[in-house]
Amino acid sequence: MGASQSAGTEHEFQDLADRTGFSLEQIGNINKRFRQLSNNEETLSREDLASIPALDNNPIRAQIINAFFDKRNLHQNETGTVQEIGFEEFLMVMTHFRPAAMGITEEERENLRRDKLRFLFNMHDTDSDGTINLEEYRRVVEELLSKAGTIGQETAKAIADAAMLEVASTTRGKMEPDEFYEGITFENFLQILNTFDIETRMHVRFLHMDTATLRCGKSK
Amino acid sequence: MSVRVALHSPTGSRSFLERGLLLLVMLIFLEGTVLTLGAASSPDISAQDNTGGGHDRRDDHRGIAGSHEQTNYTYTKKAFPVLSLDYHHIQVPFEISLWVLLASLMKLGFHLIPRLSGIVPESCLLIVVGLLVGGLIKLAGEEVPPVLDSNLFFLCLLPPIILDAGYFLPIRPFMENIGTILMFAVVGTLWNAFFVGGLLYAVCQIEGTYLSQVELLPCLLFGSIISAVDPVAVLAVFEEIHINELLHILVFGESLLNDAVTVVLYHLFEEYSGAGEVTPMDVVLGVICFLIVSLGGIAVGAIYGILAAFTSRFTSHTRVIEPLFVFVYSYMAYLSAEMFHLSGIMALIACGAVMRPYVEANISHKSHTTVKYFLKMWSSVSETLIFIFLGVATVAGPHAWNWTFVSVTVILCLVSRVIGVVGLTFIINKFRIVKLTTKDQFIVAYGGLRGAIAFSLGYLLNKDHFPMRTMFLTAIITEIFFTVFVQGMTIKPLVDLLAVKKKQEAKRSINEEIHTQFLDHLLTGIEDICGHYGHHHWKDKLNRFNKKYIKKCLIAGERYKEPQLIAFYHKMEFKQAIELVESGGGVKLPSAMPSQVSMQNIQPKKLPPAVAERALPQFTKGREEEIRKILRSNLQKTRQRLRSYNRHTLVADPFEDGWNDFLLKKQRMIELEKKMTEMSNYLTVPAAPPDSPTMCRARLASGDDFKAEKAGAKVIPDPNAFYNIKASSEGVPTIQVDLASPQSPDSVNMLNEFSKRGAKDQGLGQREVATRDEDQGLMMKPSSAGKEEKGEEEGGNKNPGLMRCLSDPGPSNEDEEDEPFLP
Repeated sequence: MGASQSAGTEHEFQDLADRTGFSLEQIGNINKRFRQLSNNEETLSREDLASIPALDNNPIRAQIINAFFDKRNLHQNETGTVQEIGFEEFLMVMTHFRPAAMGITEEERENLRRDKLRFLFNMHDTDSDGTINLEEYRRVVEELLSKAGTIGQETAKAIADAAMLEVASTTRGKMEPDEFYEGITFENFLQILNTFDIETRMHVRFLHMDTATLRCGKSK
Repeated sequence: MSVRVALHSPTGSRSFLERGLLLLVMLIFLEGTVLTLGAASSPDISAQDNTGGGHDRRDDHRGIAGSHEQTNYTYTKKAFPVLSLDYHHIQVPFEISLWVLLASLMKLGFHLIPRLSGIVPESCLLIVVGLLVGGLIKLAGEEVPPVLDSNLFFLCLLPPIILDAGYFLPIRPFMENIGTILMFAVVGTLWNAFFVGGLLYAVCQIEGTYLSQVELLPCLLFGSIISAVDPVAVLAVFEEIHINELLHILVFGESLLNDAVTVVLYHLFEEYSGAGEVTPMDVVLGVICFLIVSLGGIAVGAIYGILAAFTSRFTSHTRVIEPLFVFVYSYMAYLSAEMFHLSGIMALIACGAVMRPYVEANISHKSHTTVKYFLKMWSSVSETLIFIFLGVATVAGPHAWNWTFVSVTVILCLVSRVIGVVGLTFIINKFRIVKLTTKDQFIVAYGGLRGAIAFSLGYLLNKDHFPMRTMFLTAIITEIFFTVFVQGMTIKPLVDLLAVKKKQEAKRSINEEIHTQFLDHLLTGIEDICGHYGHHHWKDKLNRFNKKYIKKCLIAGERYKEPQLIAFYHKMEFKQAIELVESGGGVKLPSAMPSQVSMQNIQPKKLPPAVAERALPQFTKGREEEIRKILRSNLQKTRQRLRSYNRHTLVADPFEDGWNDFLLKKQRMIELEKKMTEMSNYLTVPAAPPDSPTMCRARLASGDDFKAEKAGAKVIPDPNAFYNIKASSEGVPTIQVDLASPQSPDSVNMLNEFSKRGAKDQGLGQREVATRDEDQGLMMKPSSAGKEEKGEEEGGNKNPGLMRCLSDPGPSNEDEEDEPFLP
């Protein structure tokens, strides 16, 4: 039984590896971790992630966990959230944290950039309406400062307001007093983070590809 | 001078001529300097030197002898000398000042000729100036002073530059690339030293070069001196080419960290070049020595850095000497490290980098500015002097030119650098996520400039042990000139040609800061979920430890609790407030904070449209101008009123408030905003940063109740009465807002209220205002403020009584306010 299962998973892994670009070894590692987190269940729930002790100190813990259960991050064109995710979904979320490969074209780089920024954008846009409005932005900053105690909460609003003003002024230019800026659209988001080298910053070294392929070559 | 006047008249090419003449004048001055210096002809500036000390003593002796003579003269009843010349008395400081003045003037001169500085890097020009000065001294028939003496260089000229670099080291990119930097600095330098030294020795053994007396160890020593990239030269050139941050930190970081390698290699080879034999044991000792030199340097620096941070915790009452601690502790760190032959450069870097975050949180804004300016000033003067001295030393030194040796050195340096960079990048790229491209490698290799450190190390060599010292020095100078002139001048066009990514000049925005923080936490979270303890995990741990324990010890008051984001936000706010005042009212507000968009644009609308229509019209340009003018004069007035002066107390800065004040103001501002919204008025001119601690005051008068107004004005002195709301007799709201420190109104909230007033009343009002103007600082007169309205409705007896009054702290107010700042 064990042998047949492992053969099955291997085939499955190969399939996943083709789709996500991860190596078999990486997928194996992530799978191990997945099983550990889900207590050997097929699916992972919010509680499982929330129980990771290292996450306790993370101010944006709730948002990180939400990101895993957000359908928009699963490369599907749906919105809304799911209650439980399987390994495939887990892996799909992880693909957003892959570093850029060597020698990619300018277009690919741009796509990668959009993909990563889209992930960030989705984390802020909690009601999935395509814009980050002031309320949502304030919540982001509040979360960020949630470990700072009362000073943080008092300042969070001001910071979010200032940031929002900045976005409005850089994207819209002059506004009449009776005009209203609804919120940050994804295009605006790209614009304000123009100088932010997300493609070289948003990655987890563990998901680095080169070393993995090297090892992969060895194992074969 | 007459020539200058004559040439001055044609206005067509005036600017160019002017510049040329300025340079001419400078050259004349330079000649004067040279003559004085030539006449002095003593190893003057090396006062720290032993010989210098001896010289001083001799001077003293002579001085005493002179006084004896003088007493003798008085004894013989000779006339008392009314005016006497004693140049030796002031010689050393005078000449130092002259050199510094020369350097500063040169720096000034080059920036007046933009076309020249666009082509040639400043460092090259300075070396040329040095050559000229040296040549003039020689022409004057005097001995050229050994200006680039090693003691002077290492103890006086180098530390400011390194401290400046260390204090303002961009920690984040530095730490992110620390592996690559260390690889280049340690392995790269070792490779260069042995490659150049070894091959040079091989070349020397070839028959016919007349260099067969050169042994292996001196060659290796020479290799280790010549192989280190020089931070001074790199800084000077890289600052002008504006290369992207990654490349800059790679080359610059390498030049800083290779110091330890250079120090160890230098001492090792110097030690054994006499003995001649190197055993494997010595190699092991060398490695241990390297670890001690580098880590010891860092430890010494870190200790002094922490001490400096701790000291700055208690300086809140003696702000004037705050900056001094930064400099003195850093210098002590450098000297202490040098005392044990540890790497002084690494100690300085560590000291600056460690103390900065804590010191900055503790010291006042003004002190911070002082530190910044002093560091920049010292480092730029030092840098200028170093390059000038390099030129002078070139003229001065005895040279032993050997074509083979020099050309082989230059070629080998280039070759070894290229091979080293390419080879190391090949290894490093296996571990890097952001790979170094071929272009990057080229710039890193090409940016490996050599400089004055190499020269000074060569200068330190003992002539008895190294008979070929002069030849070494000549080769070092040639190599420096080659890198600085050829590479330094061509690197800029090459960067343009290769389209290497340049530095983005964008100011850091609050959005970027939010997302940087967010991303950090996100990546830490993802690593934790993956169960992989990587960089982010450890960084987060370190950050938390820092916040929990270290900051608590090293930062005074409550500020240690302040998260980075809030600190950044306050800094930004602060900057804007200052810019706002400096730009004179905030009409041309810098792009960081929008002036065109105000809070109402992003706030979900709560007001009914009817209310929104009542929004006040925007002020016209002319009136804005007027308001700004008044604000400006207002500001100057308050600044001019300097009260009792104390040498050790700084004049109160309008922006310098305690932390609590800051929060208090913010709170008040929010409250005010609420009130304003309730009253359906908008912040119009200028759209101040919302919730910012900008000092706003608005005065809304309904025209007829000046009495009430005046009563209101009298309330101002009470610092706690930040705003008063008064209902006028007619029920028109009268608001007098006095937000925050009344010393600097950099933003005005204007609330228009039109009410029908008789001309008589208006006149009365004007008079009232005028009188108050005298005793209260400044009030905007209705005649000027309401000019436009008047013009529009000219002839009408019933002008709209538009009152815009800007109030200023009354004198009574100021005394109270200044109290905390007076002893």
